[in-house]
Parts: sequence; C-alpha cells; structure tokens
Amino acid sequence: MKNPIPVIKIKSYATGKSVIIRKKTIEKTLFLTEFFADLGNMSIFVKDVFKETFSRDFEFREFLRQCYEIGNKSLPLIAITGAIMGVVLTIQSRPALEEFGAVTMLPGMVAVSLIREIGPVITALILAGKIGSGMGAELGSMKVSEQIDAMEVSATNPMRYLVVTRVLAATLMVPILVLFADTFGLFGSWVGVNIKGDVSFVLFLSQAFGSVEFLDFFPALIKSFFFGSVIGLVGCYKGFTAGRGTESVGVAANSAVVLASLLVIVVDLIAVQLTDMLS
Amino acid sequence: MKNLQKQPNSPVSNESKVAGKMIEMTGLRKGFGTQEVLKDVSLKLFSGENLVILGKSGSGKSVLIQCIVRLLIPDEGTIEVLGRDVNSLNKQELDELRKKIGFLFQGGALYDSMTVKENLEFPLRRINKQLTEKEIIEKVNEALENVGLAEALNKMPSQLSGGMRKRISLARTIVVDPLIMLYDEPTTGLDPVTSDEISALINEVQKKYKTASIIITHDIECAKATADRILMLQDGEVYKEGKIADFQHSNDPIIKSFFK
Repeated sequence: MKNPIPVIKIKSYATGKSVIIRKKTIEKTLFLTEFFADLGNMSIFVKDVFKETFSRDFEFREFLRQCYEIGNKSLPLIAITGAIMGVVLTIQSRPALEEFGAVTMLPGMVAVSLIREIGPVITALILAGKIGSGMGAELGSMKVSEQIDAMEVSATNPMRYLVVTRVLAATLMVPILVLFADTFGLFGSWVGVNIKGDVSFVLFLSQAFGSVEFLDFFPALIKSFFFGSVIGLVGCYKGFTAGRGTESVGVAANSAVVLASLLVIVVDLIAVQLTDMLS
Repeated sequence: MKNLQKQPNSPVSNESKVAGKMIEMTGLRKGFGTQEVLKDVSLKLFSGENLVILGKSGSGKSVLIQCIVRLLIPDEGTIEVLGRDVNSLNKQELDELRKKIGFLFQGGALYDSMTVKENLEFPLRRINKQLTEKEIIEKVNEALENVGLAEALNKMPSQLSGGMRKRISLARTIVVDPLIMLYDEPTTGLDPVTSDEISALINEVQKKYKTASIIITHDIECAKATADRILMLQDGEVYKEGKIADFQHSNDPIIKSFFK
C-alpha cells in the first residue's frame, strides 16, 4: 500500500473552516519565512552599521588593529596567490596568441585581465574565505562565551567596537590587497613570459602598461571597496547573530564564507554591467 | 568542614535594613516562544545587602538578572534600578545606568584577544574618560590585588585556570566601583576550595565597595556563605523568601532537597 501524503489540518482564520495543508508546503513556507526574516535582519544590521559609523567615539585603535590583522596577515597569502595567478594566466594564454602571431601582446593581455577582473575577484574570494570566516568565527565565539554581552553591560556599544571597525578595515584593506595581488601577478606574468622567451622587466612593464587604460584600473579599484564592505558586513553579521551553542560558531564561519563569496560574484556582475554601460 | 555561613549580625546586614532600595522588580514575566520562563516575579534589593537567588537549573534565575541590565526585555512587569525604570530608558540613559552595575558572567566572559591588564582597562577607559594613564594603572593594580592576582597582569585569559578567570572577571567588574553587583553562578564549575574563595571574595567586595548584590546560584555552600537574604525560584515563580535559617529549618520537601 502506498504511504499517504503527510498533511496538517489548520483552521482558517478567514472562513473558520478547517483546511488540509501538505507538510511539505508548510516546510517550504517556513524556509521562505526564515529567508526573508534573515534578509530583513541583515538590512537592519547594515543600517545600524552605517548609523554607528558616523557616530561619535570612533574606536580608532581597534580600527588600526583590525587593519593590521586583515592587511598585514593576509599579505603573504595574497602575494603568493597573485604571483601564481600571473604565471598560470601567462602560460595558458601563450598558445592562443602564438596561433595568431601575437605573442608580443601577451604582457598587455595579462595585465588587462589581471587588473580589470582576475586580480580583484580572486583576491576578494580568497579574503572572503580568510577574513570572512575569521570574523564569523571570532564574533560567534564571543557571542557564545558572553563576551559581547559583557561589552554591552560595561556600557560599550559592541556594534561600534566590534563591527564598525572590522567592516571599515575590510573596506580599506581589500583594495590595498588587490593592488598587491595585481603587482605580484604582473611579476608572476613576467616570470611566465620568460619561461619561453627573453623579455626584460622594463620592456615587459612598458608593454603591459601600454595596454592598460584608466578605465581598466579605476572601476576595478572601486569595486574592490565594495568587495571589502560585503566581506566585512557578511562576516560580522553571521558572527554577531550566531546562536548560543558552540555548534553555531562553525555554522557562522561556514555561512559567512559561502554568502560572502556569493555576494562578491553578484557585486562583480553588477559592477561589470555598470562599467560597460558607462564606457 | 569549616562553617562559612554568613553571620546575621554582620555590619552589612544591619546596614541593609535601614538603607534604600537599589532594585525593585514588580510582576516580571518573560517567555521564549511558547515557554514561559518567569511568571510574575517580584523582588527588592536593598542597599548593602547580598540577595541570593536560589533555584534549580532552568528556573529562570539567569533570565531574571539579564532583564535587570536589559540584556533581555521582559514581556511584562517593571524593573526599577536606582529609581530608574530600566525599560523606559533610552540608549544613552541605559549606558549611564549600566556604568553603575557590575555583572559577573557565568564563564567569566573575559575578552580572549586582550591581556588581563587590557581586560581591566577596557571598561575603565570607557566608563571614566577623565582618568589619567597613571590613575588607570593604579586602579587596575588595586583591583587585581583585591582579588589576589596581581601577578597575572600580563597573562592572556587562555593561560588562566577557571578560578583565576572568575577572579579576574570579578576584578574587571569592581574596577569601575559599581553600586550594584550581579553574580551569575559565580561558583559553577569550580572545586570546593576555589568556590569558598570566590564566596569569601563576594563578601569582601560587599564590605569594601559597599555594593548591593544579587547572587544567582544553585550552590548551597555559596548561598550560606554570602546570603543576607534568600529568594527561591521554582518554575519561574518566587517559591519562598527569607533568611538562611528559615530555609534550613523548613520542612518543605522542595526546600529540603536543596538543603539536605
């Protein structure tokens, strides 16, 4: 015999009659309710961050500490990744250009790709993993161990001290790290070019920057600021709104990485469309 | 075992009879979803006294003190702290009131990324912005000496034992000279010797800083050592209120199960 479909009987407030609803329908509705509640809570969180950013008593020392934590401690990772990106991109692009006898365009093509798209996006995705999860886990564990409550009862605004400083530090540091990634990427590309050729660094740079225009560089820098804000906001939101159990620390870190990475791609899509329209 | 029970004729106990109300809670209700945790709880805390709130786990003790500092907002009822209705205060007024209240969290809640010194300086720099660097150092050292841990100044919280964390946490709350102290399970998870030391510290803080305190606990030895008055919570309601002797001589089976 076939299993009956699980249903729930609910009394309608409008008609006073009982209606039968499938359990699956209720589960889907609950999922949507949670999704929109989360979206609403995040909007309120972002509004509060903006409000606290422009309030008095800015926590400058903590902001500088966060800049150091995010910027300085991510630099080796970004430098290595950037250099490898440059080498790989150059090696992969060479055969296609060789077919058309355009190997001399290799530095310029790699420079444009790195500066316009690959540098900012790959750096932002790496930082979403590194600092997004770090913020989610740190604030999540502070929530679980009542440190955020302790801050609040000692008349310190945790939003101002913990969140605003981290979001601003990420907003400032991500573009700087993108510039570093681009620089190391170009250096990697020069190494890549010299694997099968002999081009001096000065000639490489003149060929690379001969192809790069202001419109390649400027929008990429602007979107990097947005990547930084998104990573900071998502990481802090997930940590700040974590549950009370230790399990929720892992959940906060994990969901911070997933959502921040997704939003980086979405912001990139919007930025590319806007740049295309403006140019 | 040594008798740690607080003497009823101590100077603090006498003070509490004549001094004013520090906290007055009336008809407090608080629920989470369908579960009602506090049902119509009323209490008063007088100046200079130690009020122990006793009850088994889940009876709503911690929720009650979290409502006092508005970490939680009650569904119904009023809480007056130092004559101010906590739930009608704006953010700035609430911060001003919170500066006068010390809260010792169950796990200590020390800031992991800061040293002991920085943990103590953190509230001090924010609550009293007029203090000079020299005064801050003096106050930090004094608070650490009062809890017997002057040597822990530059240690990180991860280098401290459970008892030491509680002491440092206590030092962090007393460093700002609060008028009211709220202790959330101060002896939970500690060995009997360290528990007795913490109980003794609570009494020392009361004498030295003239604080009025609410001590949330299910540890009878801590209650005996610190209580001027006891209020017992059972299923979110006040079950009995009185002196320690009233509880010790009670024939009520629920009370007896605590004091056996």
